Amino acid sequence: MTRALGIAALCLAVVAPARLTAQDTSAVDRGVRIGILYRPGVRPGIVVLTGRAPALDSVRAIMARDIDYSDRFELITLPGSDSIRLAAPAPPAVPGPRPAAGTGSGKTSGGAASAGGLNYPLYQALGADFAVAVTPAGGDSLAVTVHDVAGGAVRRELRSRLPPLTDPGFRMAVHRLSDRVLEATLGAPGIAATRVLFVMDGKVYVIDQDGAERHLVSSTDHAAMSPAWAADGRRFSYMEFWQGHGRLFVQDVATGKRAPVATTGQALDFTPAFSPDGKTLAFSRAIEEGTDVYTVNIKDGCCLQRLTVGRFYDNLSPTYSPDGQRIAFVSTRAGLPQIYVMGADGTDPQLFAPFDYGATGSSNAPEWSPDGQAVAFHRDVAGTLQVFVLDVRTRAVRQLTSVGRNEDPTWAPDSRHMAFVSDRSGYRQLWIIDLETGRIRPLLQQSGARLPAWSPRLPETASPTP
Amino acid sequence: MKRLSLLLLGGLAMAAVAACPGKKPDTTPTPTGPNTDSIEAERRRADSIKQAEAEARAREAAERERQQHIADSLAAIGQTTNAVKTMLATLIHFDYDKAVIRGGDASVLDQKVSILQANPALRIRISGHCDERGSDEYNLALGNRRATAAKQYLVSHGIDGGRIETVSYGEERPADPGHDEEAWSKNRRDEFEILAGGDALKQP
Repeated sequence: MTRALGIAALCLAVVAPARLTAQDTSAVDRGVRIGILYRPGVRPGIVVLTGRAPALDSVRAIMARDIDYSDRFELITLPGSDSIRLAAPAPPAVPGPRPAAGTGSGKTSGGAASAGGLNYPLYQALGADFAVAVTPAGGDSLAVTVHDVAGGAVRRELRSRLPPLTDPGFRMAVHRLSDRVLEATLGAPGIAATRVLFVMDGKVYVIDQDGAERHLVSSTDHAAMSPAWAADGRRFSYMEFWQGHGRLFVQDVATGKRAPVATTGQALDFTPAFSPDGKTLAFSRAIEEGTDVYTVNIKDGCCLQRLTVGRFYDNLSPTYSPDGQRIAFVSTRAGLPQIYVMGADGTDPQLFAPFDYGATGSSNAPEWSPDGQAVAFHRDVAGTLQVFVLDVRTRAVRQLTSVGRNEDPTWAPDSRHMAFVSDRSGYRQLWIIDLETGRIRPLLQQSGARLPAWSPRLPETASPTP
Repeated sequence: MKRLSLLLLGGLAMAAVAACPGKKPDTTPTPTGPNTDSIEAERRRADSIKQAEAEARAREAAERERQQHIADSLAAIGQTTNAVKTMLATLIHFDYDKAVIRGGDASVLDQKVSILQANPALRIRISGHCDERGSDEYNLALGNRRATAAKQYLVSHGIDGGRIETVSYGEERPADPGHDEEAWSKNRRDEFEILAGGDALKQP
């Protein structure tokens, strides 16, 4: 018995790393170069199981993908997890609707092969540090048991009531569970319950971070640009062309209702950016004198302020630091557009991302990372655009992409993932890169999607499905 | 026109025939004197009706001719207006990431100055456009510079700035959907559009 298992484990252990290596190589082939080298096997292994509950297959599939897309684990996939569980020394594999005492809530621990009946040594042999079992828990509830394979114990059991599979909120509910698993295993906040706004054919769409659930959110009457999220994830803003003028709108996620931003729409107003407290909207306004950065109080709909004054050059594309104290922006004061920074009231403007005068290409589209430590932007390199990251503390700039045209980066709330536009596949589409591992994946395999804006972690009450 | 003249001639001829007194029948005197008078009166009456009808036809023809004259001159004005509109709509183009009026485009703008001077009621909108190579959002600022550059040229040549509106569409409305230099060079442009006073334009 033990010997047979050992052989089985060995076979699987050989298969798994080969697949993972191939996956990573493909990312490197696509031309991403980063400072940190990813070494296979460093990340903890995780396996997601549903045992004998085929009804939960879709839940398991979504969670497994979320966990994979977190890029924090080696996701170990098993050909037929049932057989592995059957081989476990301590059945039953599927707990009943009323689990036995000891698997109650939160912090239960047990010896090897007790709670959930997992064969810990087997999963350990497969390279798993964690195992996540999704089981029915009576009615529309389910239990997600997070096993610490190395410690041979249940680390946490999460209970959740899921909406029906056909409910528009189903996938987001599963994404929230995925984020709780990440929190339970690594103590790290996840990005599964997030969405990305983008522009296609002059309209604003929203899509889940895993590429599912695409919905139109803007009106179809006017061409739209430059969507941006409020920090609380309950509102977003974007610009629409109204007879040559740019009008800004703030739209409520839950209700889908939108309102024009006061004082905008009389000139060309564009690139809105919410202050972290959500009270102020910074934006670019183009008038005959040129383009400058303005702010308006969107809480009271008043108090337009001009932050920059450049009669012979343009200032645009503001982005707030997460503490709300500073604004990074683009300025052409040195000729070509480059990245500058100023106080949130417009004081003390200075160069932010260093460049070589006469040598460095145009730099545009800055976005401050949610952890405050970096600003992503794109820069013209040899006639095409590449994504760069500025280290706010050291002011060091590093190039993140090198193949094809890559532009308009937007940070995920974990400040390690980024969505951007790239034509590396032959046409412009949305991609996601993990800065830690260099792994990239397409977010939307459709031509023409651009100007992405990644949401913060979405609040449960926002119920963002239109 | 020619056909109308013929018609007119025909009409006049008919009128002339009608107006010409018909050959009087040489009637032998009969005792019925009063009758002769009444016949004569009847004939005169008929003649005068014919004459009136002929005059009416002639008036109609003249009116038609007058209308045609108006239509013709309107068409001529329309032709002029269209020609002026075409001149006014002539695009100007820019170098990559530049908003400086090219030397060759100055004459195009000079023509617009003349048109605006000859037609004081004319108001226009200049829209600046970019190619797809630059950043999407930066291009809105660049397009704004391009529209403003043309406006400044017109204003510096004596046109009231209040008659010229400027907008920018960045790279959002390409004239050529292609992805090569030929398309890009067409897309880096200013467009000129009539806002008001463009119904009848005078040639400068």
